[in-house]
Amino acid sequence: MGLIEAIILAVLAASTPLLLAATGELVTERAGVLNLGVEGMMIVGAACGFGGAWLSGSIIVGALCGIVAGVLMSLIFALMTLGLAVNQVATGLALTILGIGLSGLIGSRFVGEKISLAPHLYVPGLTDIPLIGRILFGEDAFVYLSLALVIGVWFFLYKTRAGLILRAAGDNHASAHALGYPVLRIRMFAVMFGGACAGLAGAYLPLAYTPFFIPGMTAGRGWIALALVVFASWLPGRLVIGAYLFGAVTILQLHAQGWGVGVPSQLMSALPYLATVIVLVLISRARTGGSTAPAALGTVFVPDR
Amino acid sequence: MQLVLEKRAERSNMIALISPLIAIGMTLVTMSILFAILGKNPITALGVYFVDPLTDSYSLQEIAVKATPLVMIAIGLSFCYLANAWNIGAEGQFLIGAVAGSWLAVKTQGTDAGPWVLPAMLLLGAMGGALYALIPAICKVRFGASEILTSLMLVYVADLFLDYLVRGPWRDPKGFNFPTTAEFDPVATVPVLIEGGRLHLGGIIALVAVAAGAVLLGMTIKGFEIRVVGAAPRAARFGGFNSNQLILLTFAISGALAGMAGIIEVAGPVGHLQPGISPGYGFTAIIVAFLGRLNPVGILIAGLFLALTFIGGEQAQIAMKIPLDVTKVFQGILLFFVLACDSLILYRFKLIFASPKVSSGAH
Amino acid sequence: MRKILIAATTAILATGASLFGASAADKLKVGFIYLGPIGDLGWTYQHDIGRQAVIKEFGDKIETTYLENVSEGPDSERSIEQLARAGNKLIFTTSFGYMEPTLKVAKKYPNVHFEHATGYKRDKNLSTYSGRFYEGRYIQGIIAAKMSKSGVLGYIASFPIPEVISGINATMLGAQTINPNIKVKIIWANTWFDPGKEADAAKALIDQGADIIMQHTDSPAAMQVAAERGKLAFGQDSEMIKFGPKAQLTSTMNNWGPYYIQRVKAELDGTWKSEDFWGGLKSKLVVMAPYTNMPDDVKKLAMETEAAITEGKLQPFKCPIVGQDGKEVECKGGTHLDDGQVLGMNFYVKGIDEKIPGK
Repeated sequence: MGLIEAIILAVLAASTPLLLAATGELVTERAGVLNLGVEGMMIVGAACGFGGAWLSGSIIVGALCGIVAGVLMSLIFALMTLGLAVNQVATGLALTILGIGLSGLIGSRFVGEKISLAPHLYVPGLTDIPLIGRILFGEDAFVYLSLALVIGVWFFLYKTRAGLILRAAGDNHASAHALGYPVLRIRMFAVMFGGACAGLAGAYLPLAYTPFFIPGMTAGRGWIALALVVFASWLPGRLVIGAYLFGAVTILQLHAQGWGVGVPSQLMSALPYLATVIVLVLISRARTGGSTAPAALGTVFVPDR
Repeated sequence: MQLVLEKRAERSNMIALISPLIAIGMTLVTMSILFAILGKNPITALGVYFVDPLTDSYSLQEIAVKATPLVMIAIGLSFCYLANAWNIGAEGQFLIGAVAGSWLAVKTQGTDAGPWVLPAMLLLGAMGGALYALIPAICKVRFGASEILTSLMLVYVADLFLDYLVRGPWRDPKGFNFPTTAEFDPVATVPVLIEGGRLHLGGIIALVAVAAGAVLLGMTIKGFEIRVVGAAPRAARFGGFNSNQLILLTFAISGALAGMAGIIEVAGPVGHLQPGISPGYGFTAIIVAFLGRLNPVGILIAGLFLALTFIGGEQAQIAMKIPLDVTKVFQGILLFFVLACDSLILYRFKLIFASPKVSSGAH
Repeated sequence: MRKILIAATTAILATGASLFGASAADKLKVGFIYLGPIGDLGWTYQHDIGRQAVIKEFGDKIETTYLENVSEGPDSERSIEQLARAGNKLIFTTSFGYMEPTLKVAKKYPNVHFEHATGYKRDKNLSTYSGRFYEGRYIQGIIAAKMSKSGVLGYIASFPIPEVISGINATMLGAQTINPNIKVKIIWANTWFDPGKEADAAKALIDQGADIIMQHTDSPAAMQVAAERGKLAFGQDSEMIKFGPKAQLTSTMNNWGPYYIQRVKAELDGTWKSEDFWGGLKSKLVVMAPYTNMPDDVKKLAMETEAAITEGKLQPFKCPIVGQDGKEVECKGGTHLDDGQVLGMNFYVKGIDEKIPGK
């Protein structure tokens, strides 16, 4: 296995949880809801995903548990922000606090336990193709699932009527409501989808990355996913680029150290964040006429009757 | 038939007063159930959380110490949020303020510098925090870059910058290479108010910030502008208010307060600069700002209350062996209930019997 | 609803006050302050195993309490003081960052005894204790050099503090006794604890040609990656064989139990004195996990080295030691570097190509 191939494989794996969580958040935000609780949903997804897989012995059951846990967490958020019109920023942060506590309680039962990781795919013939075989056909299924998910989201948002309505709800909830669309119900589904993705992203860590659960193992990835959505200016295509770029910088800074490149490691670690700020400024600057943010993002909607 | 939320014609002052009580009542019930499930006596546990910390002067002091940075940061954030400027990077501004102020403490270490050092440090801290907050503000005003993202990203940069300083240039030369500066000289230390306790001058500065915030928001034209720009941007434009200028101003204010909170924390309770000086104050303060309904006095109460749950949670760990995670769950649930009940100030539930579509068609 | 509330409130008021008084029996109360969650599988996990050993040893005679996830920032002083106020007479603070807070609280509570791990500031009622983890690393270096085919070792480091630097140096000094040309690639993860990042670092090291992975971070992630890639690795802090049954060579384990038992016993007997304890293989504070996945001759060599260090016949930092700059390091301990030089180590030995970050 060549070094470049190995690096690409590592980048794919490192980017997958970011991509999964960010895809869900992108849909949520497209519907006009800002859920800052991604980290909280992820860590609960990780705890439940590991628990499910450990008790059942099945990765798929684990992944489903992670998804369900994420959805349940997101329903708390939906109840608060959609049902009771509470501020989304505060609710999202509170959701993270709750998630960290819950995951610790759930995970305390599984300390020191180990499962076997999700297997890497093997397609006879295809996986053996030099250079690209392992990359295209040899990672774990979640890697490809996350890409399929982004394509599906892209198709849904831009090629279906339901996607159009969802975006309308995020851009101008009053008009969407006036046209007779159930804005709150649309947003609830979007929030639940975000929760499902975040739960799966969290579960990916113990199921496919490191086969154990440790409190706090998401280590800030939920926040990065949030950043990625804005970085991608709410476009699924850019989200893929952003996630892989972020993953690449993370992996390459480790490799650079191995090659003995003498840069302070703090600067290396800060690079992805600085890069995000700079790229964001450049993108925002190049675009004339304001950002593509969903116009109603983060605002409360209570239908008039 | 369905239950829906409806906007009240005007905010309900009655609910505004009793909603925190309802929320606390609901939290008590929920937590009692959780404690019972965990096999702990709910009444005893709730007593440890809420009552014991209020019964002795030591715990009261500790609550004040814990609340000081939360309140200071949250006051600044309330300015931003009222003006619809989403600064969620107060954590970074806190750290940079700590770094900026510590620079002077490190440079004057071991010299016979006079009592001017501490005031100068506080000033530097505020300036550092303000300048750091202006980065996302300028990116927003000048380039339209989302301040939510840039301010959040800069938190990590600040964290790593501080890390670099205390592991490299500012490391205590006699400290066996551990990542901390030397202990600050007495002239560079925030004095304690009560001998033997930990309550320090920062507590008074936080109270001043609360008072100043209340005056600025409630009694000045700038405060009025801030509230109008946030609540009714269109009206503000017609009124000739410059929203860009207000974004810069509110970011600078909140950065300055966060930065000053940072240097106070370092020169006070910690006593030296090191990694991990903030257990997430900048993020917790966001919740404090909202719990306090973006109102300075409300923020003071909310900050003290959240501090109470931290102290109570620790005493519960000691007295009843209740895991820390339960405290986190407890805080989360409490926040949800408080925020949810607050919603009833502006909205009320209404039972409607026909589907909304039909009723709107009939008009 | 209101009635329930009132009833609950009165009940709370009635019971609240009597809480701390209730358990003030004649049991010795022992407190612990932990940096991480007790389930971190690493540093804090091992300290908690030590605490459990204390409970097992003394049973009803003592009562232990711990506070977990205590950050090293402004909260730690309060947490320590809370333990002191709750009647704990012996308090262990288990991370370097608690040094100043422990010192401050110790001055305030002269009748309470404190023990601070890995620090260097002491007082009449404040002891320090730590482990000579470098002794284990020296053995690991020897095994690594024997087992490596590529001659390149991969080292995942957390932060460039002396404990980590001396670990890297001890590894290299051990390895150089077998293969003078051995190379080490070091990746600073800049964290004690981020399983994903530790795994990424392990992958990067393996991809760059390292075939033995060692770590100075806390989670078993690197062990698991090595196992998956068919490479060999050393555990850290705790037994990690479960995560790499075919990969783990050994693990340098922190075994705090005996020390905690000894100190609690001293406290019970009234013989507690302020001390500086720096225990290694001899005092069993550092324990090697069984030597596995290696041929018998390597195993024998490892065991001989372990025995020699335990008996004091072999000093990992035996003079002469040549630094990275080619100059010989001053030998303050006569035949080997003295403890101060090891505790404050801030240079790489010859044979390491990289530079210490921040230097």
